[in-house]
Amino acid sequence: MAAGPMKMRASLGAGFTDVRVLMTHPMETGLRKDADGKIVPQHFIQNLTVKMNGKTVIDAQISQAVSRNPVFSFRLKGGAKGDKIEVSWLDNHGESAAIEAAVA
Amino acid sequence: MNPLRRTLIAALAFAIARPLAALAAWNKEAFSAKTPGDALKGLGIGNATPSKDLQIEAPEIAENGAVVPIEIASAIAGTSALIVMIEKNPFPLTARFDFKEGALPFVKLNVKMGETSDVRVLAEAGGKYFTATKEIKVTIGGCGG
Repeated sequence: MAAGPMKMRASLGAGFTDVRVLMTHPMETGLRKDADGKIVPQHFIQNLTVKMNGKTVIDAQISQAVSRNPVFSFRLKGGAKGDKIEVSWLDNHGESAAIEAAVA
Repeated sequence: MNPLRRTLIAALAFAIARPLAALAAWNKEAFSAKTPGDALKGLGIGNATPSKDLQIEAPEIAENGAVVPIEIASAIAGTSALIVMIEKNPFPLTARFDFKEGALPFVKLNVKMGETSDVRVLAEAGGKYFTATKEIKVTIGGCGG
């Protein structure tokens, strides 16, 4: 399975903005064997960045122990309808992806 | 491909890759550590004070170790980072979140667990570290398979 599209939803909560983001990624640990008994090489997201209106609000480093097709929920202070949220990732192969959405 | 073109492409790739690498630091030493103690060392954490203001919401029993939902939040004033460690995983350090101005110290994620283990959460606030743990029992491990 290759890395693929992302999905995101940003909505207003009680005094915060709730950001829920889904990434399509195999998150291979390097411990798993395929049907032929060969080790599947490590392939996982290492870095995540969350931006609000262009400003970085969360920087994360993650390991191969995050589940396949990672889903994260974050909470940002305040926020208003139309604020722009951007989430991007970078994996150990140098592949990356990003998604942008407005707070609804 | 001629040598000049190859050099140019290599130089260009280097120029593109470098700022990305600089932006996206990944603590290889801490993430490669095989014990919680070595992971803490890699993160530069000496002492961590146990705290009840760190909340870990997770199932007592996870049937499927491949997807264990964990929600963590800190009520400690000035929390700037949250760290998740699964003590009995082959590589315990699982994630580090750095919260800047504008983010609340809260995160929900799914993790893989090889076996029943304590999940340790650490929070950094004002240069000090705080910690809490919760045991999660795993019926079917989710690391190899």
